[in-house]
Amino acid sequence: MDTAVSQKIEDTVNSDRVVLFMKGTKDFPQCGFSGRAVQILQNLDVDFRDVNVLEDNSIREGIKEYSDWPTIPQLYVDGEFVGGSDLLLEMYQNGELEGMIKA
Amino acid sequence: MNVQETIEEKLRRDLDPLHLEVINESSMHNVPPGSESHFKVFVVSERFAGENRINRQRAVNRTLKEELAGPVHALSMHTLTPEEWEARDRATLASPECLGGMGK
Repeated sequence: MDTAVSQKIEDTVNSDRVVLFMKGTKDFPQCGFSGRAVQILQNLDVDFRDVNVLEDNSIREGIKEYSDWPTIPQLYVDGEFVGGSDLLLEMYQNGELEGMIKA
Repeated sequence: MNVQETIEEKLRRDLDPLHLEVINESSMHNVPPGSESHFKVFVVSERFAGENRINRQRAVNRTLKEELAGPVHALSMHTLTPEEWEARDRATLASPECLGGMGK
């Protein structure tokens, strides 16, 4: 990954406390898995930044390398990768996600 | 070998699962009939012992790297150790406990 892209990703990951890389936007998700992630965060009443990877292919590919995670959506809290779609659902259901985000 | 069989074979080879289910969920998505683009896998393996959830999923992702870079567009997964599976009464993907809410 070239350093400009990697810097852009680093800045984006740290641009807000909770950042969701997704396909589409929180108002108009373009993938069921991304839509579910938005729903989970909205159910927890969390403010978060949505990053539409479909608008920037360098971010779409770069974020996968950054986290060593091959799929979208990806959630970051306090600059740390938390997980993708399945982990978010599991952590939502067992209360861990709320604990982490509201800590 | 189709994509589903390839996924099964690679997961058996790399993760030595006690229990393995690979389900083609492509028909639940907006793709042509017969597609092999959306899968759900359920893997019970001793290899997951001592690993957190992210690392377990990474192990599956690593095994299926070529498929994820190619025909497979979405991969949903459940990863348990044999002990965790016992604690869930050996539930399978067909059991309601394991489907997880909006299971798509």
